[in-house]
Amino acid sequence: MKEITYQKAINEAIDEEMKRDPSIFIIGEDIGKHWGGSLGELMGLFDKYGAERVRETPISETAILGGAIGAAATGMRPIAYLYFDDFLGVCGDELINQLQMKYMYGGKTKLPLTITAYTGAGLSAAHQHSKSLFGWLMTISGLKIVAPSTAYDAKGLLKSAIREDNPVIFLEHKVLLLSRSTSQIPEEEYTIPLGKADIKREGSDVTVVAIALMVHRALAAAGKLQEKGISLEVIDPRSLVPLDKQTIINSVKKTGKLVIMDEEPKIGSAAGEISAVVAEEAFDFLDAPIKRVCAPDTPIPFSPVLEKFWMPDEEDLIKAVTEIM
Amino acid sequence: MAIEKEKLIDMYRVMVRIRTFENRVYKEFAAGNIPGFVHLYAGEEAIATGACANLRLDDYITSTHRGHGHLIAKGGKTDRMMAELYGKKTGYNKGKGGSMHIADVESGILGADAIVAAGIPIAGGAALSAKMRGTDQVTLCFFGDGACNTTRFHEGVNLASIWKLPIVYVIENNVYAETTSVSYAMNIPNIADRAVAYGIPGVTVDGNDVLAVYEAVGEAVARARRGEGPTLVEGKTCRHYGHYEGDTQTYRTKQEFEECYKRDPIPRFRKKLVKMGVLTEKEADKIHQEVEEEIDRAVKFAEESPFPEPRETLEDVYT
Repeated sequence: MKEITYQKAINEAIDEEMKRDPSIFIIGEDIGKHWGGSLGELMGLFDKYGAERVRETPISETAILGGAIGAAATGMRPIAYLYFDDFLGVCGDELINQLQMKYMYGGKTKLPLTITAYTGAGLSAAHQHSKSLFGWLMTISGLKIVAPSTAYDAKGLLKSAIREDNPVIFLEHKVLLLSRSTSQIPEEEYTIPLGKADIKREGSDVTVVAIALMVHRALAAAGKLQEKGISLEVIDPRSLVPLDKQTIINSVKKTGKLVIMDEEPKIGSAAGEISAVVAEEAFDFLDAPIKRVCAPDTPIPFSPVLEKFWMPDEEDLIKAVTEIM
Repeated sequence: MAIEKEKLIDMYRVMVRIRTFENRVYKEFAAGNIPGFVHLYAGEEAIATGACANLRLDDYITSTHRGHGHLIAKGGKTDRMMAELYGKKTGYNKGKGGSMHIADVESGILGADAIVAAGIPIAGGAALSAKMRGTDQVTLCFFGDGACNTTRFHEGVNLASIWKLPIVYVIENNVYAETTSVSYAMNIPNIADRAVAYGIPGVTVDGNDVLAVYEAVGEAVARARRGEGPTLVEGKTCRHYGHYEGDTQTYRTKQEFEECYKRDPIPRFRKKLVKMGVLTEKEADKIHQEVEEEIDRAVKFAEESPFPEPRETLEDVYT
């Protein structure tokens, strides 16, 4: 085993995959030798693989994602580096109209394409560099969505995403990317399949489904509530599409209570979808209303004081759990 | 320019095939046999035909909402195209795409696209892929005058120019982006002049002269294959039908239509071929007759083909 940061995990996953498969290349802005990606997670790859496979572009989101689609349809396996997920709107057409190529063509092509983008608030980066777009992305058919919360998950899931023959968006939480904290990973190669949730903490009273950074806040809340004799089971879905409904439902069968913690405005959120799944498929096992701990339905503010208020935190979760106990 | 007789005759046949296909689609759509929207290519045949006559089977094209002509010129089969228009299981896309999304990746047809200019970045990706895989495949990217005013035109052409991608942009300037005339939408007479801004060659030709298109695109394809990068080729043309079937075309004058019909690329090429001694009038008539029969068979194939099973809706989302 070795200790590794979230940032290093992403670097290692791409490095190992690029070494394994020459059809993989990265296309995007500022990914080369100067910055190695805006938050440094691609550092060293340019020196190792060169300008041909670590392909820096001008600021051209439509040409990056559209180009990745064209390359994927014709025998390559691109990683489209889209920077902040807030920029996905710039190439919105490629996301909502072009990624569905396989379906529109009656199944006759495949699109082995990974999109990477930073997600989440916490850096006082204000509305245009802080969004989580999980719910919005979940409406895009044909797109798989991964949002890992640990270095171990990030590495194993990113390798699987790159090997997928379908478009996958891999969302890296900025706070986690910049965190110095590490997790243990095996020395040897491993992958984690998409669509398999991970129970980050077992418990018996309340099921908490938490996404990305929120997993850590849920775990912190679970520690505090344990002292009060309330036991949380914390589930990290890891991928939102495909969603591991069964793990969530099995947990709800055990606890009878569900809280979903999701760092995005409540309306149209992933939390809403997960809540609907449980209401539809496991209603009889619920002993209390489903709770969603989300952000307010506002844009994201800049000032640290305001941003802290905006982001769901462990106190919000503890309050929600207490309400249904 | 020395072009083999067979090639010239083949180009004529392709143009007639496109026209006959489109006229028939017009009729069948009006009769209610084709669902959805259709955008007809009649009048612009010289561009698709002249351009694609330079391509190999393994070269790529990207196409547009007005794409039937591009697909036929790249070798698409009219029966499977017609079946797709009818929403049948035997169509190129198994009834999942329709008129605006016909694709046949095996013959290099990366697909029609209903979003104006969306094919430009995708074509860039195909060209990048060809370059990275070390092949000499060329990508030919069709779009109209309307696409030239979008983000994707700038981002796509700029990126292809800095990377010297093997791509030829074929601009079909048919004077209107839906109802908006090119003279209103642009402040320049020739769209290909924009090539200067990207440091690549740009050439404007009479888009109703199939040999002029063939020659200009031929040079651009050769340049792309040599690894010297992209070219803009603009063909000036006009459409015989509206933007889509149902368009009342109140924005076009009677005189405009008359001038457009006068420039019709098909009688013009026929006259030239007869004069050159490549075809006799009788041989030309025979081509029309054969193509009529082919399109009759295509319609019959489409009519007689089964619809997909409703549950096929759920297939092909993922690999």
